[in-house]
Order: sequence, then C-alpha cells, then structure tokens
Amino acid sequence: MKKLLLANDHIEGIRFYDVYRKNGGYNSVEKALKNMSPEAVVEEVKKSGLRGRGGAGFPTGLKWSFIAKPEGVPRHLVCNADESEPGTFKDRYLMEFLPHLLIEGLIVSSFALGSNVTYIYIRGEYAWIVDILEHAIGEAKANGWLGKNILGIGYDLEIYVQRGAGAYICGEETALIESLEGKRGNPRIKPPFPAVKGVWDRPTVVNNVETLAAVVPIINMGGEEYAKIGVGRSTGTKLISACGNINKPGVYEIDMTVSVEEFIYSDEYCGGIPKGKRLKACIPGGSSVPILPAKLLLKTAKGETRYMNYESLSDGGFATGSMMGSGGFIVFDEDQCVVKNTYTLARFYRHESCGQCSPCREGTGWMEKILKNIETGKGKMSDIDLLWEIQSKIEGNTICPLGDAAAWPVAAAIRHFRDEFEWHVRNPQESQVRNYGLADYALV
Amino acid sequence: MSVQFSPEKLDKVNEIVARYPQGKQKSALLPVLHLAQESFGGWLSPETMDYVAELLHIRPIEVYEVATFYSMYNTKPVGRYMFEVCQTGPCMVNGCDDIIAYIGEKLQIKAGETTADGLFTLKTVECLGACGYAPMMQMGKTYREHLTKEKVDRIIEECRQQAALNN
Repeated sequence: MKKLLLANDHIEGIRFYDVYRKNGGYNSVEKALKNMSPEAVVEEVKKSGLRGRGGAGFPTGLKWSFIAKPEGVPRHLVCNADESEPGTFKDRYLMEFLPHLLIEGLIVSSFALGSNVTYIYIRGEYAWIVDILEHAIGEAKANGWLGKNILGIGYDLEIYVQRGAGAYICGEETALIESLEGKRGNPRIKPPFPAVKGVWDRPTVVNNVETLAAVVPIINMGGEEYAKIGVGRSTGTKLISACGNINKPGVYEIDMTVSVEEFIYSDEYCGGIPKGKRLKACIPGGSSVPILPAKLLLKTAKGETRYMNYESLSDGGFATGSMMGSGGFIVFDEDQCVVKNTYTLARFYRHESCGQCSPCREGTGWMEKILKNIETGKGKMSDIDLLWEIQSKIEGNTICPLGDAAAWPVAAAIRHFRDEFEWHVRNPQESQVRNYGLADYALV
Repeated sequence: MSVQFSPEKLDKVNEIVARYPQGKQKSALLPVLHLAQESFGGWLSPETMDYVAELLHIRPIEVYEVATFYSMYNTKPVGRYMFEVCQTGPCMVNGCDDIIAYIGEKLQIKAGETTADGLFTLKTVECLGACGYAPMMQMGKTYREHLTKEKVDRIIEECRQQAALNN
C-alpha cells in the first residue's frame, strides 16, 4: 500500500525544514497558492471524499463550504489537536515526527477558508510537542511560507499554538472554542454553528490534525486520484493507533481495504496477540464506540468479513456493529475483564464531564459507582438493568456528544457481555481474583 | 515567594496576548496560567491567580473558574516531582494498577498525596494519549513510557539525585 501521510516518517531529520522540503515538502502550498483559487481548493477536498478524522467522519469539503463570509469579519481555521479519546494517539505521532506536514496542510487549508490567523489547539499534556510545532512554525516562517504576502500573492497567515490544560471535553469543537477564548470548556448549544459564529463570534472551522494533514496529498495528487484509494465512502488512508494486548502497538496508516483480522494478526500491523493468547474483544475506534466480542469483530452478523473502514465497522448498527471513530484500536485478550474495563471508562467519562447537563453530570457518576460495585463483588442483579436504564437516559439528552460517548461503552458491554456482569454478581469473591474468561465470545 | 513575573516572562505574556484580536486578551488565560504555575512553585495560589487576573485585565473569578476546571492546574501545593500515572482502559490492560501500587509502596504515599520531604506527589490521571506505550506517566513536560518496576526505581533515584544537586 502506498502511504500518503507517513510515507517519509522514517527519513532521518524529516522533523526539520530542510530535509522535509528536500523530500517534496511544501509543494502543495506552491500549487494551491500560485495556481488555484480558494474555491478550487475546497472543490478538490470535496472531490477527495475526505471525512473528518477526529471521530465523527463528517465530509470535510462540505464542512468547509458552510463557512459564512460576512463582509469585513475575519474568519479562522482552528486545528483540533486535543487528542484525548482513550486508545487514540495518532495525532501525537504525526505532530511529533512530521510537524511540517501539519503546518503545510494548515497553510493550504487556511488559504482555502480565508483564515489569516490560524490556531492549533493542543492538549496541555503534549507539552513537548508544543516546542516541536513552534520550532517548525519558526522554520516555515523563516523560509517564507508564513507571514505577510506569502509567495507574493498577497496572502498573509500566522499560525499560533494554543496549549490546553487537561480536559477531554475540549476536543468537542464548541468547548474547544470556549477554551480558546480563555474560559471553561463548556460546550455551546448549536445552532449557531461555529461556521457562522465560532471563536470571538467569528466564522470558524475546526478540523482534526490528521484531516488537515490529509489536505497535502489531496492537493498534490488531486481529489479524484485520492478518492480512488480505499473503498466506497471510505476514501484515502486512515491512521490507526493500535494498543492493548497486541505484539506491535503503534500508529499504522491503512488504506481501509484491510480486513480487521489481517490488521490484528499480520506482521505488517499489530502482529497478533502476545503469548499466543486468544482474542476476546476489541474497541475498534476509540473508547466511546461499542466494544465487540471477537466473533462479531472479525465477521459481521451476516457472516461477512469485516474491514477496517467506516461502512464495514458500523455494519449491523449498534446491535452487532461498532464505529471507525477516531481510529483508536484497543484489543483485549482472553485474560481481560470487560466489567473492569467498562468501569475504568465510566470513571474516565465521569472525570471528563463538564457538568453542564444533568443527565451526563449525574449519570456518569452513577454509572461509575454501580460498575465499581459490580467489579468489586458488591453488585446486585438489578444493578445491570439499572445501568442499562441510566445509559439510555443519558444518550441523546445532552448538549454535546460526551453524554453519548459515556453511554455507548456501557450499553455495548451489557449488550454483548451480560453474562460476564451476571457472573460478577453471582461470584463476588471469585470475581476479584480472576476474570470471567472467554465464554463463547471468541472465534479464534 | 513574591508573585511577580520576571521582565523576560512579562515579555512572553505580551507576546502571547498579541496572538489574539484587540480586546480578546482573556484568550491568553490558559497559556499564562501555565507560565504562572511553572514560575511560582508548581501550583496556583489565590495570590498567583489574582496577579494573573490583574495582568490580563479580567476579574479574579474568571481566573478561578478556569483554574478549577482544568486538571493540569494545581490549586494546592504539590511535590517537586509529580508522577501522574494514567489509569484508563488501555493502561489498565497493560498493568498500570501494579505500577501505581508499586510507586505508592515505594514512596509510602497514596494517590493524591505528597511525600513528607515535599519531593514527590503521586496522582492518578485519565488517558494521556500514550496508549500504545503503556503503562505510562507524565512527569513535568515529558512522558515516561513502558513503565516497569525497575524503571520506576531508576526514575525515583534520578529525581533524588537531581534534587540533592540542586539543594
């Protein structure tokens, strides 16, 4: 497979301008700024079929076309580098090893959207990456790719890095905007959408790091060529960050025609499960998406091979499928306890709830408490139904999707692993010393 | 410690404020609070927060509500070295519980506590985006990944030696 984003990540010194430029870096900026209009760039991105790589999968070109252009009001592009979805560490890899690829994508995208001041909002914990990005921005500016009158076409652009301070919710675009304004990360009620009223009430587009980096190959090869890679509405390549019980955790670029089985077991990717253990379950797209038992992960309910793309991973809906999400791929072997994992995720969402909406603020804490009880042998059978009830009352009843993100993992765990929850309730002593095991979840 | 940025740091504050439109200097709050925390003993005292409010021409309450919302701002004193160990799903699968227990045992503190000598604080945190390199912890500006008990021993030793040199 031809890599588009990570093609050069192995080249020594690619983090620095000279090496990056020698390997074709910034060609897309020359092409776009000298030979294309901003509208033409938007058109190429539309043709490419690129979908938001942060998790929602919304078509990027379409999102760009929504930006309002009121006379005399500045517009902004904001890069969402608040990567915080458990299981996801792909943007970190991209920024750490290929910072200029992001800067290049930001210049072309800012030009397309008419942004003269663009911000990279990065999670506060990635402190050392702030230094890497600021160094790359300095190099780009010194070489004439940023600043006033870029390439002599009369276009000005500055890029600034804004560091967050530890809040998962700031990955939600309106919370991110609030945070960029120096406030608590409380999501806003939509509408108005950021494309109309975003940061400082100005039209704003917020895109994920990987999405903006993908604009570089799209401009270089053309949207139509990019759309030929992949399958159906899953065009181009996707970065997957693989972790959990696998031999080769890391970040992989795939073209979305790879089967889930090949992704887990082939040496090119995860390299199989350590110590010859068997596959029990997997969360294929970041902690918010439904967990699937092995047999539904590798094959759909209809018995067809499941592939690593948007459509195939969601085949069967939430009843028997999951989602591509952010590409955070978490693998569980036969020794892992689904109840305990669900408890840690519930704790995560309780910790990260901004507290604005009651269903989420109260519901996440309640779910955490019940799950902790079940995990530590203090649960009752009725708790399982209560959990189901609580998650169903959170989903769809909050301002932002954090409520859904907290509800889905609990719902999926009960849907597919109810017997494991029941076993914990029935065997309070034993459940603290060993896990329920495989039951009939595993196919291989 | 008197709460006053050095001239160099005040330049930095002005440089940050200049990144935003006129009158939107409140946007500088998060970066300036990071700078303040680094400069004034690793935490944000009420005096520090009031000082930042004054610098940015905003009300103190606007600083308090931000400082208490984000998990990286410490509103209480912390040790010189803070071990922030991730405990979310992917790290749990890779044995973070054992690492947290080991650090606690070794330093004789529980999560959330600081050692009597003021050197170490142990804190459990949620996902830091290092799931493929688990178990891990954050230490200041860097991540320490693929943790083992031996690695933890070495890190604690490093910190103690560094602290002894600086004293």
